[in-house]
Amino acid sequence: MLRYVGTRLWQSVLTLVLASLVVFIGVRQLPGDPALAMAGEEATPEQLAAVRSSLGLDKSLPEQYLAFLGRMFRGDFGNSTRTGTPVTDLIATTLPVTLWLAAYAIVVAIIVGIAFGVIAERFRGRWPEWLTNAFALIGLSVPNFWLGILAILYLAVTLGLFPASGYVDVSREPVRGLYYLTLPAIILGTSLAAVIMRQTRASMIETMSTDYVRTANAKGLGAGRVLFRYGLRNSLIVVVTIVGLQLGGLISGAVVTERIFALPGFGKLTLDAVFTRDYPVIQAVVLIITLSYIVINLAVDVLYSVINPRIRVGGNN
Amino acid sequence: MAITEIRPAGLGSARGRIWKSLHGSPLGLAGGAMLVVVVLVAVLAPLIAPYSPSEVHFATPFQKPGTVGFLLGTDDLGRDIFSRMVYGVRASLEVGALCVLLSVVIGTPLGLLAGYWRWLDAAVSRLTDVTLAFPFLIIAVGLAAISGPSLANAAIALGIAHIPTMIRVVRGETLRIKESDFVLGAQTMDASGLRIIFTHVLPNAASAIIVQATVIMPVAVIGEALLSFLGLGIQPPTPSLGIMLSDAQQYIFRSPTAAIFPGIGIALICLAFNLFGDALRDAFDPTSSSRK
Repeated sequence: MLRYVGTRLWQSVLTLVLASLVVFIGVRQLPGDPALAMAGEEATPEQLAAVRSSLGLDKSLPEQYLAFLGRMFRGDFGNSTRTGTPVTDLIATTLPVTLWLAAYAIVVAIIVGIAFGVIAERFRGRWPEWLTNAFALIGLSVPNFWLGILAILYLAVTLGLFPASGYVDVSREPVRGLYYLTLPAIILGTSLAAVIMRQTRASMIETMSTDYVRTANAKGLGAGRVLFRYGLRNSLIVVVTIVGLQLGGLISGAVVTERIFALPGFGKLTLDAVFTRDYPVIQAVVLIITLSYIVINLAVDVLYSVINPRIRVGGNN
Repeated sequence: MAITEIRPAGLGSARGRIWKSLHGSPLGLAGGAMLVVVVLVAVLAPLIAPYSPSEVHFATPFQKPGTVGFLLGTDDLGRDIFSRMVYGVRASLEVGALCVLLSVVIGTPLGLLAGYWRWLDAAVSRLTDVTLAFPFLIIAVGLAAISGPSLANAAIALGIAHIPTMIRVVRGETLRIKESDFVLGAQTMDASGLRIIFTHVLPNAASAIIVQATVIMPVAVIGEALLSFLGLGIQPPTPSLGIMLSDAQQYIFRSPTAAIFPGIGIALICLAFNLFGDALRDAFDPTSSSRK
């Protein structure tokens, strides 16, 4: 167990270093000269050289990479070229919005996904299964940003059930904050719910036909108990994996969901940075998302091995 | 026995079985039929669309669907929504096909090598880990920052993002096939590794690769629409279903239908691929879980 965690930890560190190298090289490919942008078009060559050396751009590439790593470790991402505010401040104000949204969406997706998956398995070949299957197909085929637009149009504007846009800080006003986030979270969670539903159904079908479930049924355990103790427990492994695997999609989905519902989150920060060529912000955003993604994947793998002792690193598949 | 059953020609000899299985799946057939229509629309776009997708009719903006001359109405600039959708479908499939091509061309060889030679496995695994560390939107953001948003960059970002899954699928298949009797037989007869990979492993992994391609395609189509919606993909005035949605959101209360049709278009394309892909997977793999 410890050895497994150690191996995964080492792999993650390696991945982090490689990923940071990719970002470092990527940032150097960006068009435009940061020194020139900072010093202004009318700068004399001397001024330009001074700015260049103050930014450390006159050093060798490996030196610059190490300096870059050092700054990242200290959490120093520089200042936004657009507003002049420290990038860290921008992240501190926008990241919580996205985290609340993502967490809410994951909760919605897990509840709906597992419930529908169980329904589909319990009612195989009857109308509840077709209904949940239709839901899964729609969830996978319909882009969530379109669902979001439709939801604003019909649920928010026509029926007035939810606010069409806007954000209330959840940590200050939890009830109103979550109410404002409900529609975005449902929209963001739909495709995840569809994937979880399909996997839950498949894993339930497999588990419920195993010998130990037959034994449990034969010795007279109640249907509910068999379902929860055997069927759902195995499905949990699947759900953990799926949520882990789908996190990348969730991050992308959050960006677009924020755009549709005008939420002041990380996604909005990212898009604004791209369109205004705010490179310090882009660099920070890419690094932070990459880092959290690697860490979460590591956590998922460790959790996975805790839930299911059959899985260990270096397995053949 | 096993040797005659899973010969390299397995794909060919199974063709009859696959056809039969597809015939027995009405949803799969419907998906296949939809797919044919979608591809025809994309290929014959100039013949089907009544107007050029960027032709503006300033006198007739916000026409309702069913207006004479404009089947699905017009947008804020009076452009024909039907014509723009036809060309948008074409753009969606272009990006989707490029993305699938990229992931197959790069993912398949890497998966084969990693699965066949254990010493290569670790290196390829690190490569997939690093690629997986970047969500596709972040790759797209990076590419857009470096060389500006475009159709090609959208396809490359989506393609790169799907290479790891393709590698994993092919690697898994290779590991499985490597243990079969006919590969062991070839190894005892001193066949070279590359020869075994190409004559024994690849043909047997083909069905998994094709199924994976049908899984990637709808995801790529949605990905293109999403990137274009955000302004990171195809650039106006080139029509894309994503751009149409993003435009339509600005005047959604004036003309809600302009936001509804492009979404239906995307959904139908994805539905076609998902249905057909599911049926194909069931046909290739009789033990597949989605089979009743």
